[in-house]
Amino acid sequence: MSNTTPINPDDRRHLAFRLSVIQYVVVGAFSLLAVGFWVFQVAQHQKFQVMAENNHTRRLPLPAPRGQLVDRYGTILVDNQNTYNIALVREQTKNLDETLQLLAEATGVSEDALRETIARRRREPSYRPIVLIENASFAQVAAVRVRQWELPGIIDQRVPARKYPGSDLAAHLFGYVSEISETQLARTEYAGIEPGTMIGQAGVEQAYNKLLMGADGERTVVVNSVGREIHEVDKAKRDPLEGRRLQLTIDADVQKAIEDGFNASGFNGAAVVLDPRNGEVLGFTSRPAYDPNAFAGGIDRATWAALNTDDLKPLQNRALQGRYSPGSTFKMAVGLAGLEEGVINPSFSVFCAGGANFYGRRFACWKKGGHGTVDLRHAIEQSCDVYFYTVGNMLGVDRIHKWATLFGLGVKSNIDLPNELQGLVPSTEWKEKNTKEKKWYAGETISVAIGQGQVSVTPVSLAVYTATLANGGTRVTPHLLKAVDEGNGWKTMPTPEPQSKVDVSMEKLQAIRDGMWLVVNGGSGTARRAAIPGKDVCGKTGTAQVISNQGRAAARTTKNLRDHGMFTFFAPRDNPEIAGVVFLEHGIHSANAASVARHVLATYFAKKDGQPLPPPPTTEDLKLDLSDPLARRAAAAATGDHN
Amino acid sequence: MFERRLFFHVDWLLLAAILATAAIGIAMIYSTTYVTLPDGSGHAGPQVRTQVYALIIGLVALVICLTVDYRMLAEHSLVLYGGLLLLLLFVLVKGSTQMGAQRWIPLGPFNLQPSEFGRMTVALILAMYFGENRRGARNTSDLAIGGMFTVVPLLLIAKQPDLGTAVTLLPVFLGVAYLAGLRVKLLGVIALVAVLIAPVAWQFALKDYQKNRITTFLDPEKDPRGDGYQQIQARITVGSGGLRGKGFLGGTQGQYKFLPVAHNDFIFSVLAEEQGFLGVLVVLGLYLFVIVRSLEAARLSKDRVGAYLVGGIIAGFSFQVIYNVAMSAGLAPVKGITLPLMSYGGSSIIASLASFGLILNVRMRRFTN
Repeated sequence: MSNTTPINPDDRRHLAFRLSVIQYVVVGAFSLLAVGFWVFQVAQHQKFQVMAENNHTRRLPLPAPRGQLVDRYGTILVDNQNTYNIALVREQTKNLDETLQLLAEATGVSEDALRETIARRRREPSYRPIVLIENASFAQVAAVRVRQWELPGIIDQRVPARKYPGSDLAAHLFGYVSEISETQLARTEYAGIEPGTMIGQAGVEQAYNKLLMGADGERTVVVNSVGREIHEVDKAKRDPLEGRRLQLTIDADVQKAIEDGFNASGFNGAAVVLDPRNGEVLGFTSRPAYDPNAFAGGIDRATWAALNTDDLKPLQNRALQGRYSPGSTFKMAVGLAGLEEGVINPSFSVFCAGGANFYGRRFACWKKGGHGTVDLRHAIEQSCDVYFYTVGNMLGVDRIHKWATLFGLGVKSNIDLPNELQGLVPSTEWKEKNTKEKKWYAGETISVAIGQGQVSVTPVSLAVYTATLANGGTRVTPHLLKAVDEGNGWKTMPTPEPQSKVDVSMEKLQAIRDGMWLVVNGGSGTARRAAIPGKDVCGKTGTAQVISNQGRAAARTTKNLRDHGMFTFFAPRDNPEIAGVVFLEHGIHSANAASVARHVLATYFAKKDGQPLPPPPTTEDLKLDLSDPLARRAAAAATGDHN
Repeated sequence: MFERRLFFHVDWLLLAAILATAAIGIAMIYSTTYVTLPDGSGHAGPQVRTQVYALIIGLVALVICLTVDYRMLAEHSLVLYGGLLLLLLFVLVKGSTQMGAQRWIPLGPFNLQPSEFGRMTVALILAMYFGENRRGARNTSDLAIGGMFTVVPLLLIAKQPDLGTAVTLLPVFLGVAYLAGLRVKLLGVIALVAVLIAPVAWQFALKDYQKNRITTFLDPEKDPRGDGYQQIQARITVGSGGLRGKGFLGGTQGQYKFLPVAHNDFIFSVLAEEQGFLGVLVVLGLYLFVIVRSLEAARLSKDRVGAYLVGGIIAGFSFQVIYNVAMSAGLAPVKGITLPLMSYGGSSIIASLASFGLILNVRMRRFTN
């Protein structure tokens, strides 16, 4: 046991020295470590604190449902429903390629589409979920949940999505919602809105986006390293604030009547129906439409492309953006200008022989045989062109321009919907400024006098024009917002100020109205089918040629060149409470538009009188006239007969 | 052979410090493996119980290593060394594979990791070889033989592969050789050779994942999801602890598994997170006390064998502690080097306690002949 060698003193000193060296090295190393820990734990503590916090807590948005839209009587028009999203939290993924491949397999969505979405949102912080599949089907959600361990970073979220009545009900009025685009994000009006937020992109959804949007809430959850939720931090939860409920001026039954009328007619076009007393919009449509529900849950590329490339332009809101010749509906403006400017009086008469010569050129009346002698009332009733050629010629274009503008034509209506376009009622000043030719020729006035030539109007401005005729000169501002519910009951919104108000002589205006009454109720009226007994419906038909007779003869196709037909109306004649326009694109005959309008008016009055509403009309009920006068005209043009 | 008077020479203070450190280790394992159930209650992982059992076995091993005269053990060190090599060979041939490495011999409910016993065995044989050699380690050929004793098990362990544990044999050799009179000039030469060999080793000896760990250490942000992940998380864990820490069971980094296998290699990070800088100072103080107190035992040793034995063991121990603590704060490349006395691992704690049994043994027998 004691057979080891004891240490001699020299060795012991040497050993002690070397042991001390080791000890100092260790002490030195420990000191460095202590300094290192001090730097991390004390000096840089804040920084790491935040990093640790971000590590294990996730702030997840709780999307706020958008506010409901209800009609003027409280009927729900646009509501919300729960849908599911499948989203990716990039920072929780281990192998993105593998995850995407598996997700694509599980959900049947193409991997490229997934990648594209991610690439588009790549600049966002990696903890924020990127929605890969919107409006996921139950099967897709189930497939993802089953594979949650193989799909780290893939989550499903319940989100409220818009629920619209469908494509045949006021799609252009409501508009649609979709994810905010990158260009929109850069705009100041969308400041503070995070990428991925759904915003209104058209119609009421866009116009009142701020009110409808509400405020997203947020919840904070503690997650582990694979992103699995451990628990929720209750005190950090912020409930979403639902968007404001909006009450629209729309009457759901009137709206439905319009849509039913269009459906039965089979035509595209637009219609705007107002309360002429205050500008409240009772019904509003543009055809063809789209299904806003397709956007609510994220629209797929194919549908979007189809909507954009469709020749019929279903995304165009024709009521606000379609500009058409008003045709004969323009004649009241000319007549009123004549009366107000003192150029004519209501009994001023003109002999119509089926046409007349002005400035060396013959202008035909639509009625080849002529109307004989007509005064203002009957000129309106029978829509005599020669009468208005004559009055227009007496007035000159600038006075026509003045009165048309005062009654709302050629100007914006300033309706509370986005992207309204302005029509045009020409004037000498306009020609001077906007054309190469510059000088206005008196001969051009003749065409203007019957709403042809350069005159173009939007359907909504025609509706305002009719309402202004109905109410005696107040150019009301059409509007859709009636009341807002901020969470404590409906608060009625003030009626927007009229755009202008002109004092017209009631006596003179009455002559115009009488003419419009005769259009519907007179023996030779052009829209007698719009009559409703006891309701004194007044109106005016209008036909707008899409192409000249000669051009029509030269063109190969016939389909898209048929005339537009329109009918403006108000009722009753005394104290009117409803006014508007039905515009049928390529509707051939204005009487067809009058048929649609009649159903709308019948519905309105039935509802008002507490009668059962008329059932949706069938095509036969509308008694559509589908004979194509252009075919005759074209044939005539081909044989050299120039009317 | 255990005389009663020896009992009074046991360094109770050192033993207390060792047990205190091990107890803190168990507390940290408890905290990192704690599972919170959905109803709010929770329980610690099964690792705690295993570690407690290992600690008890380790205490038995400590008593054995304390009881048997270290000189007798040194005399039979060649046998022990031969046993070690056999076990290491056995592991390579028939050992069980876990996490891609073949390190364990299954023994019923336990897995024995022979490599953990490499340091003390190598320390024993080197202490014997240099201590009973009149010339010490001044002679290059003696040094070479000592080196061979080290390199053989080192290569066997590295082959498992367990480079981390293998490397811990080097400080054992250097510690013994240095105490035995290794010329400082020669130390310089060894360092120089190491520097020269490094690029060659880089090219041929290191595996890709090992290279990655080193490049990642130099620039963790290069690969924050992969190899840099642990290092970044280690720093966040330590840094977020602050001065006072997040409290027992209050850590989020370890609890939510942002730091992988925290109860093992990153136990010190968890300590830093939950107990803060103050807790770090306390535990570093404990380790420093253990090391300095052990070096005292070497200084007091009656013979060179005892002094070298203590020196070798404590050099390996110090290296492990310093490297692991540095790694736990992201200050060193991630390498499988456990923190002795604290990290989860039965073989590790048993071997550590057995080693301290030898150190206590040397001090206790400083007066005996």
